[in-house]
Amino acid sequence: MAKLTIRNVIKRYGALEVLHGVSVAAQDGEFVVLVGPSGCGKSTLLRMIAGLESISDGEIEIGDRVVNDLEPNERDIAMVFQTYALYPHMTVRDNMAFSLKLARRSRQEIEQKVDDAAGILDLTALLDRYPRQLSGGQRQRVAMGRAIVRNPAVFLFDEPLSNLDAKLRVQMRTEIKTLHQRLGTTMVYVTHDQMEAMTMADRIVVMHGGGIEQVGPPLQIYDEPANSFVAGFIGSPSMNFIDGLVVERGGTAELQTEEGVHWPLPESARAYLGQSVRLGIRPEHIAVGPDGVQARVNIVEPTGSDTHLQLQVGSQSIIAAVRDRPSVSVGQPVPLRIDANKVHLFDLASGKRLH
Amino acid sequence: MLDKHRSAITQSKTRPRRWFRAGEGRTAFFFLLPGLIGILLFLVLPIFASIALSFTDWQLLGTPHFVGFANYTRLFTADPQFWTVLRNTVFFTVEYLILNIVVSLGLATWISSLKFGQRWFRGIFFLPTFTPLIAVAIVWMLIFTSGGLFDSLMERLSLPFSGVLNSQTLAMQAVILTSIWAGVGYNTVLFNAALDMVPASYLEAARIDGATAWDRFWKIRLPLISPTLFFGTVMTAITSLQVFDQIFVMTKGGPGSATATLGYAIYQRGFQNFQMGYASAIAWVMFALIMALTALQFWFQRKWVHYDN
Repeated sequence: MAKLTIRNVIKRYGALEVLHGVSVAAQDGEFVVLVGPSGCGKSTLLRMIAGLESISDGEIEIGDRVVNDLEPNERDIAMVFQTYALYPHMTVRDNMAFSLKLARRSRQEIEQKVDDAAGILDLTALLDRYPRQLSGGQRQRVAMGRAIVRNPAVFLFDEPLSNLDAKLRVQMRTEIKTLHQRLGTTMVYVTHDQMEAMTMADRIVVMHGGGIEQVGPPLQIYDEPANSFVAGFIGSPSMNFIDGLVVERGGTAELQTEEGVHWPLPESARAYLGQSVRLGIRPEHIAVGPDGVQARVNIVEPTGSDTHLQLQVGSQSIIAAVRDRPSVSVGQPVPLRIDANKVHLFDLASGKRLH
Repeated sequence: MLDKHRSAITQSKTRPRRWFRAGEGRTAFFFLLPGLIGILLFLVLPIFASIALSFTDWQLLGTPHFVGFANYTRLFTADPQFWTVLRNTVFFTVEYLILNIVVSLGLATWISSLKFGQRWFRGIFFLPTFTPLIAVAIVWMLIFTSGGLFDSLMERLSLPFSGVLNSQTLAMQAVILTSIWAGVGYNTVLFNAALDMVPASYLEAARIDGATAWDRFWKIRLPLISPTLFFGTVMTAITSLQVFDQIFVMTKGGPGSATATLGYAIYQRGFQNFQMGYASAIAWVMFALIMALTALQFWFQRKWVHYDN
């Protein structure tokens, strides 16, 4: 176990800078998830931690050692790849023992460690099989087993569940989380799936365009997104955004859109009277009410637990997620109520959180 | 009654279908005919003819007489040259095969390690593959001929290798060097393509596991390209057992019988001595040798070739 510190790390490919001075730390035993859209630099950062990509500038520290110039095997890390990268010509046992054999450990120690890891991951019966004889989930577990036998200070996961079907993904999510609780090792996990990030992380690092947008515990990121990018990226269905002017009407603050639609705002929004802002409201904080903003139903999507309603307010399309099963039909006009206290306000130009 | 009715229905269903298929087959046969005639005339017929000829004393002109296994008996017991020719063929095959695989694998690995110019080097090394072997052999013969470029180079370096084509021991080495120059490009491109197809994630995982560049080559890359390596080895072995062009141009099997191989012996017996029956017998011995060696390679592949599916 060890602390991982990343200080002002920059990655350049020739003149192109893809990571712009990233700083973040994972505490000893913490499960940190790097999440962001494709091309945000999260996998590059992970590969730099692993030593598979050079560091153009800045420092990466594992434990008390700066590892910038160390080879991957000297960094005391283990990595699970998106494609698992199991050596196809070796059995499960040989795959798991490969690093130990290269380190010239004794046969007894190798056997012991492989058996222990296989026991933890329920792989004992599969030890003499080849990767091609395993299912996706089993391969995933072997990839984790290969990492466990090395007893590393930091585990790195590069989108390890992307190749699995939805059901198996949920199951493996739980298994990785259980493994973390059991081993207590520092883990850095890269994903583009915000649901994985929310459910697995102790702390989430939201990345975008080669930089960090926000770092924090999952619920803090969900409830208090630092900017409109984080607000839109975290949460499914995504947060609704409505641009407009903060005005006072009938003694209360409201958001007036260009089309003259009025949305309620909390009292504290008075501080921004006369300013153009972006209102953010999560779909679950919109309800079909007896009165409110007039909308028209475009699409009804029942998910079982919730019903997602795609609604049209003027030219604006918004989504509401309602718990009950409303008796609405496509094309029907419905009044919408939003909980003013759940509204987020962002600066229109910078996207930064105002409220 | 019902059965009759049922069979009538079946017939009415199948008959037009069978007619259609027969018509389709005839059309297909018609389209196949040009190729089929070629195969029958220039492949199947000569194969059977050579089997038949190997049991005769046909001398190109005149009528062939059936001689039973006399040609084969003479080959293995009376011909003073046959065992030399066989030894030369096996010697050429073993040395050429080993050198070809080692050099082409080395070049392929080197090319795949380059950051720039991979395509250029692949192209350059592949050039001799589509150069006519006769032309290549003529150029190399001129290089190796007494007083040629090679001799003057040896003289400058004060090395005692001159007039190699006239040397009992070095003539074969000159033929092998020429064959390597001409034949290494094909396997280089083949192995290079296979090496480039090894997913980077395996090599990255191996780096994390602590594998050195040497380990990664021997323990990851080589086993993963083993099916291609096997294919290259089998094909190279087959073509080297049939070696003819470079020997015909450079040494004519000489000096003495130092470079006479089975391929050359077939030509010599058949088209110089007009012993077509005897030449056919040698051809079938060569065929048996190639089959045996290929079967052996297929048997051995179980131990070192890894298929992923």
